[in-house]
Amino acid sequence: MAGMTIVQKILARATGRPSVEVGEVVEPTVDLAMSHENAALVINQFLDVFKGTGLEPKVWDPSRIAIIFDHRVPAESSKTATNQKKVREFVGQHGIQRFHDIRGDEGGICHQVLVEYGYSRPGMVIVGTDSHTTTHGAMGALAFGIGATEMAGVWSLGSVFNVEVPATIKVVVNGTLPAGVLAKDLVLFIVGKLTAEGANFKVIEFHGDTIRRMPVSGRLVLCNMSVEAGATSGIVPCDEETLRYLRDEAGVRDPIDAVAPDADAAYDRVLEIDASSLAPQVACPHTVDNVKPVGDVAGTVVHQVVIGSCTNGRLDDLEVAASIVKGRKLARGVRMIVFPASWRIYQAALKRGVLTDLVEAGAVIMNPGCGCCLGIHQGALGDGEVALSTTNRNFKGRMGNPKSEVYLCSPAVAAASALTGVITDPRS
Amino acid sequence: MPQVVLKVGDDISTDQIYPGRFMATVLPSETPQFAFADFEFNERLKSGQVPHGSIIVANNNFGCGSSREQAASCLKGYELTIIAKGFARIFLQNSCNLGLRTIICPTLEASEGDEVEVGATEVVNKTTGKSSPITPLPKARQAIIDAGGLIAYTRQRVLQKHGRA
Repeated sequence: MAGMTIVQKILARATGRPSVEVGEVVEPTVDLAMSHENAALVINQFLDVFKGTGLEPKVWDPSRIAIIFDHRVPAESSKTATNQKKVREFVGQHGIQRFHDIRGDEGGICHQVLVEYGYSRPGMVIVGTDSHTTTHGAMGALAFGIGATEMAGVWSLGSVFNVEVPATIKVVVNGTLPAGVLAKDLVLFIVGKLTAEGANFKVIEFHGDTIRRMPVSGRLVLCNMSVEAGATSGIVPCDEETLRYLRDEAGVRDPIDAVAPDADAAYDRVLEIDASSLAPQVACPHTVDNVKPVGDVAGTVVHQVVIGSCTNGRLDDLEVAASIVKGRKLARGVRMIVFPASWRIYQAALKRGVLTDLVEAGAVIMNPGCGCCLGIHQGALGDGEVALSTTNRNFKGRMGNPKSEVYLCSPAVAAASALTGVITDPRS
Repeated sequence: MPQVVLKVGDDISTDQIYPGRFMATVLPSETPQFAFADFEFNERLKSGQVPHGSIIVANNNFGCGSSREQAASCLKGYELTIIAKGFARIFLQNSCNLGLRTIICPTLEASEGDEVEVGATEVVNKTTGKSSPITPLPKARQAIIDAGGLIAYTRQRVLQKHGRA
């Protein structure tokens, strides 16, 4: 019998069994359940579960629930503000400690905050009412998005009811990424190869020496965008870098379950990539798998450049952008909007002068949040406008206007293009 | 006989089904007004021209992208049936949880206006006379649909846990 992939091992542990088979349906216990503003809908559905039962609504384990406000911060409407107020009240009533409100000392985008605070750990089953929950696979966890009603079930009973044990695509990346080519270029290339549904109902496991040398910040980019190939989760098995991050940066002192796949695990498919041959990549409108080398679209006029989000708003991303625009000016007709992924990152970038370099070049620094990426507020596009963005989706209408276009790229391509006003290869 | 009221291609994202700018609206009773908000189809839905039980036919990966449950609840509000060659994982899960009827039928050929009958094991296009087999849902997911959706299912389980069922 073949060994187990990492997702099989995690689901076996979470179902109290020695092993699980690909394709069988299991009900794993949940180690961490994350929501953002849509906790308002989760609360509504959760209370509905208890209606007519004569039982007092009580969450299964408040210590395993995390709620982070990030999608509409500060509130863009009275409706949102009222929903946020309801969530705050619920959090207080149920004793949920891992609540990150709209605050400069501990707030940020959920997928960054969970990692920074050491909530996301190897071997865990993490569910979130957000499709980019896949991000937390970078910490060696199985992490996947679910709907609000599903989350109401988790809050009630502490498990996800029907999870088909996913098959796994093994992506092996070897070689050194050339100068000017970043983790974002690698994952765009992978999504282009796999297509938007190539990993639907499957997990992507990342391996190879490129991944081993890649810091957690880059691994988060890979796992964040795994869902753009349809993946249930992207997972980088726990290694020395994971442990270094957890101990040194997230301040985790508890024992860590460094679960790894078996050497003889059976994979659905293996994709091998030579990192040294990659050029910067751009995902063109209106699908994330419409990926081309930057040279193919160089010269395309852009009106708005967005740097940041849960995909590329980390300190190294902001530093790359700042190093390119420092001492120079953005092209006329281009606006550059920057969203650090968390307030911790914001503060670090502030102290290091990174934000000053960006602002002096003409960029506008926003508070950490998701609003622009999904067209809620803080950066909608006009009719016929083109955005070049380090975010994760370019679907029609994504940035608030179906009559606009969104291209996706790395922070290096974004910053280089902001200087010229057209899509530009940062290596030139 | 239900008719195909909309035919769409591959990779229809949740941003197209329910644009992000309306996500502050969360309650299933309020989301239907924004179904396919950027398409002419939205007008047809809102003006009551689409009878309950009508059918949307899609290709692969319908509902890709966000986990927003509004994308399922807004279609459930009109009691539409979605027949697709394939669905994105989270959208399919949300649909089963909310009772939105989703049918996986990889070989169906149909055009807008066709009359279509959905049986237990196959979809029959009455206009063309062709039958296409349905790919069954996993048993555990069917159990949730049979219970009347995930809220009812969870309620049963909570009662069982407290020895009240």
